[in-house]
Amino acid sequence: MQLIEPRANPSRTMRWLAPPLAILLTLLVAAGIFALLGKPPLQAFYVFFIEPLETSNGWSELLLKASPLILIAQGLALGFRARIYNIGAEGQLLLGAICASGVAIYTDGMEGAWILPAMVLAGAVGGGLWGAIPAWLRTRFQAQETLTTLMLAYVATYLLSWLVSGPWRDPSGTNFPQSILFAEPAMFTPLFEGLRINASVYIAAALVPVFWLFVAKSFMAYQLAVGGEAPAAARYAGFSANRTVWVSLVISGAAAGIAGAAEAAGPVGQLTLSLSPGYGYAAIIVAWVGRLHPLGIVLAGLLMALIYLGGEAAQVSMQLPAAISWLFQGMLLFFLLGADAFVDFRLRQRKEVTA
Amino acid sequence: MIEYLVPVLATTLAAATPLVFAGLGELVTEKSGVINLGVEGMMLIGAVAGFAGGLHWGVAGGLLCGALAGALAALPFAFLTLSLGTNQPATGLALTIFGIGLSAFVGQYFVSQSLPGLQPLIIPGLAEIPLLGPVFFSQSWVVYLSWLTFAWLAWMLARTRWGLILRAVGESPEAAHAIGYPVTAIRYAATCFGGAMAGIGGAYLSTVYTPLWVQNMTAGRGWIAVALVVFATWKPGRLMLGAYLFGGMTILQLHAQGLGVELPSQLLAAVPYVATIVVLVLISRDRKLLQLNLPASLGKPWIGN
Repeated sequence: MQLIEPRANPSRTMRWLAPPLAILLTLLVAAGIFALLGKPPLQAFYVFFIEPLETSNGWSELLLKASPLILIAQGLALGFRARIYNIGAEGQLLLGAICASGVAIYTDGMEGAWILPAMVLAGAVGGGLWGAIPAWLRTRFQAQETLTTLMLAYVATYLLSWLVSGPWRDPSGTNFPQSILFAEPAMFTPLFEGLRINASVYIAAALVPVFWLFVAKSFMAYQLAVGGEAPAAARYAGFSANRTVWVSLVISGAAAGIAGAAEAAGPVGQLTLSLSPGYGYAAIIVAWVGRLHPLGIVLAGLLMALIYLGGEAAQVSMQLPAAISWLFQGMLLFFLLGADAFVDFRLRQRKEVTA
Repeated sequence: MIEYLVPVLATTLAAATPLVFAGLGELVTEKSGVINLGVEGMMLIGAVAGFAGGLHWGVAGGLLCGALAGALAALPFAFLTLSLGTNQPATGLALTIFGIGLSAFVGQYFVSQSLPGLQPLIIPGLAEIPLLGPVFFSQSWVVYLSWLTFAWLAWMLARTRWGLILRAVGESPEAAHAIGYPVTAIRYAATCFGGAMAGIGGAYLSTVYTPLWVQNMTAGRGWIAVALVVFATWKPGRLMLGAYLFGGMTILQLHAQGLGVELPSQLLAAVPYVATIVVLVLISRDRKLLQLNLPASLGKPWIGN
């Protein structure tokens, strides 16, 4: 009754075909859902995937959403390659945003070109520290990082909620749980008049080649990959398993923290509860769909940003809830994992041999 | 003091019940060697299906719908991990994300509706025992159901042939296969059972505990249930203990300000999540205890031969 059997050699074709195949299957199911809801699928696809790209504002929003996703996924992919599953990047992002906002709030009224870099640095440190906690718990006490990173994401949400409704609430504002609007020195300037896109996208753009070089050339990244593929070989070669954990979690935490800082100082411009629409979780899927490869992640990040934009557009023009993008994200990962199975396996071809 | 303690303890049992159902379900799934991180998603799907069922058929119908929906939600996970051998943590995560989206999507039709909830079922005689009576025997019938489920599962796992087969599959699928047990089919059943239990836990939340639908209303309880299974070292009795500890934590957090704890409510709300981490650390540092009880094939794909 087994469905599949191992291939003699992993299929290279399937490895490259799996992501487009998963995307295609997701689209087919999506069309079915739209049809069930009585929305013509073609019109829905138009609203979801074409309309957002017809205006310069749409492209600006696409890049704004893609850059945190790409940045976080680059960090996560490092860990995933080493089989360190940091699934709480959302928390590290929020800590990054909190620390960066702290700088902005306490330097309010000051001038200086150093404020913005200090915010990004604070974001990296905050996210990195939030990633260091599960690293310490894993290396010192063997506590699984999957659960600890996720629990810390919930803790970060409540920490944020406390800050914006307590000590950091805008004193002159209404009773909304949000901080003051950041002053100009604490914000990324828009690149074009009338569009939200700002200089923060350069951070992601600059860090992609850095990650690429690190993955392709560094001995550290090689150790991470060996640790994931063949833990016994890594031990034998004397690669430290603990260092693998630390590097994976601290780097992915710092990357998420920078993304959080860029959100606070960029399009949002203040600390609010709704700072991130789940970028930390979506980035997990981006890393997987992008084959854990720095360039693949860029493409996957753009696609995921489009799903986000489409979700917003569908909400406005078709009265569909924004949560529909979570539905598509989950399906995309399902289909990708399923398609990936056929890299190492094929449909069973042998006849049952009766003894 | 007693007057204060009784309602706290009684509400603790009610607050812990979703964790009991979801945790026991995940425990059975993991006993068969499968780790499903999709509990949070299955609970949410169960919660929304339970609410829909509850609107038409009352609490019992709602729980049944939740169980059915949870079991169905576990199917794609089971197919991918068991028939196609995919990475179990990643597939479970996909199920959670899918469940968050699906439940929010379906739940849009139920926003701002509510259910009547459930009156406690006071057990004559037993409910009159001082202290114990009002705490244990004046609960809703769903809480009693959770105890019956626990007793049945604990007995089944430890004392019956079924339990033995389940454990054999989780310890060594090769050996179980060699003796002639259908390993994959048993894992399918255990995974869907886990889904059904998570679904009941979710449906209890949306039909009894807070009888309405709110997006993401499980608030991480599914993940806490997964952590509880580790804390319980895969033993049902310890799982109950853990669930009630966490139930107590959520309730104490509500009463903390009354007890004179000067912490902001948002930070108190984070306490159960911090406690989960602390508990995981305490249990994980004892490597031997974990290794001894861990189902040996947990998380490892097994594609028959």
